[in-house]
Amino acid sequence: MAKITYKHPDGTVTVLDVEAPNTVMRGAKINNVQGIEAQCGGSAQCGTCHVYIDENNTLPLPPMHESEDDVLYGTASPRRENSRLSCQIPVSDDIDGLVVHLPEAQV
Amino acid sequence: MAVRDVVVIGAGPAGVETAAALRSRGFDGRITLVGGEDALPYQRPPLSKGYLTGATTAADIELRPEAFFEAQRIELIRGDRAARIDRDGSRVVLGSGRPLPYGNLVLATGSRPRTLPLPGASLEGVLSLRGLPDAEALRRRLTGPALRMVVVGAGFIGLELAATAGGLGHDVTVVEAHSRALARALTPPMSARLTAEHRERGVRVLLRREVTGLCGDSSGRVRTVELAGGERVPADLVVIGVGALPNVDLAVDADLTAGDGIVVDDLLRTSDPAISAIGDCARFPSPHLGRHIRLESVQNASDQARCVAAAICGDRTPYSAVPWFWSEQYGMRLQIAGLSTDHDRTVVAGDIDGLRFSVFCFRRGRLVCVESVNRPADHGIARRMLAGVPDLSPEDAAEPGFDLKARARQRQLA
Repeated sequence: MAKITYKHPDGTVTVLDVEAPNTVMRGAKINNVQGIEAQCGGSAQCGTCHVYIDENNTLPLPPMHESEDDVLYGTASPRRENSRLSCQIPVSDDIDGLVVHLPEAQV
Repeated sequence: MAVRDVVVIGAGPAGVETAAALRSRGFDGRITLVGGEDALPYQRPPLSKGYLTGATTAADIELRPEAFFEAQRIELIRGDRAARIDRDGSRVVLGSGRPLPYGNLVLATGSRPRTLPLPGASLEGVLSLRGLPDAEALRRRLTGPALRMVVVGAGFIGLELAATAGGLGHDVTVVEAHSRALARALTPPMSARLTAEHRERGVRVLLRREVTGLCGDSSGRVRTVELAGGERVPADLVVIGVGALPNVDLAVDADLTAGDGIVVDDLLRTSDPAISAIGDCARFPSPHLGRHIRLESVQNASDQARCVAAAICGDRTPYSAVPWFWSEQYGMRLQIAGLSTDHDRTVVAGDIDGLRFSVFCFRRGRLVCVESVNRPADHGIARRMLAGVPDLSPEDAAEPGFDLKARARQRQLA
């Protein structure tokens, strides 16, 4: 279980307790958090679960695979240094307290 | 007082995403999602891939868990179908007789496999693939002893099934009436490369061959597939994958305009503005082609769902999403951005033999579609380009060593 904070572009905030073995993407989908699409169902194909990791993050996140890196070239909102696909971040105790910022657009 | 309630018929991705998007936009009326099937709403793409090998389970493919529907106050009706639409009474009547009044009705009725009027089509061992029960029947057979399997139709479903079954050690033959695989969906160079890959992996791909009949043994099990010209292919299992037909009966019975799909406008409204149609069943005006088309894809289902939910909530933005598709065969990732329909030029960039390449398709000099194998950056960048006015000429793409990702990176730095 991990507490995940999703910050929306309009300044509103959604805080969820997400259980393993979900991903940060799936946590948003099962709680109907607006701003995460994940059209491909979490297979790192579509780039519609794009998030920006909070700049002050110190929690350990899994390294980015080449396919995730490639998919991030096609996101609807600009790619930044802290861009990730939320379907590639599994929820565990290690990321309890993670803060992610949702982009303006996913498609 | 007018009813604001929304009734959605069909609980595939189009229907589920409509209900979810309505709630996340703050729609407060009643939402009823009529499922028809017994299972919780699920994703279909894995049914021709990981679900057949057991790598993916029923829980993995759930679109949302059961608790989601309760928490979002979405009434999910399973195992009861919409029997008719009473437009004068603004209500849907279910098979059980239960009436569902609506202010807005969304038809997300999907499509069903096209059947072939072949002798022997009802023999035991002749299957098609659309829903979870079909996938379960296939999985039972494919996870057993080695079979001789014949796939009729070299479309996405047929080729994905061939790849999955081949990977499980079955002896697979694909029979296609057209002169090439995926003739409607892919350009000739991509279709040729895909066919070559199947053949290298031991799948027999027979092109320009018409199936004339299926023959069984005395117990009614299929044993042979007969082709025009007299050729006979032995088979323990036959899967028919020759495309899909839109489910339009409810709409036709309600006198809505429909043919090959329920006809809608750019806000996805049918000839009755209180009724919309989205996903596989809808025939909508594509700004990318300048005519009405019908698409069978997850992208189209979910983007149209968000468009119709927005319209119901008062945000009327015409549907204009760039179509995209994906397939996975032998672990290779095929992604398509845009529509190659009517293209007049293709340029191949990358390593076609090594399965890392893209086919750039142009229509009168303008980029209209990019098909990529194991080049997800090309795919993503192409989707962005196609959403605007693409600034890529065929001559650019044909430059030796052309790489869309390197070009995008250079521009980011510039």
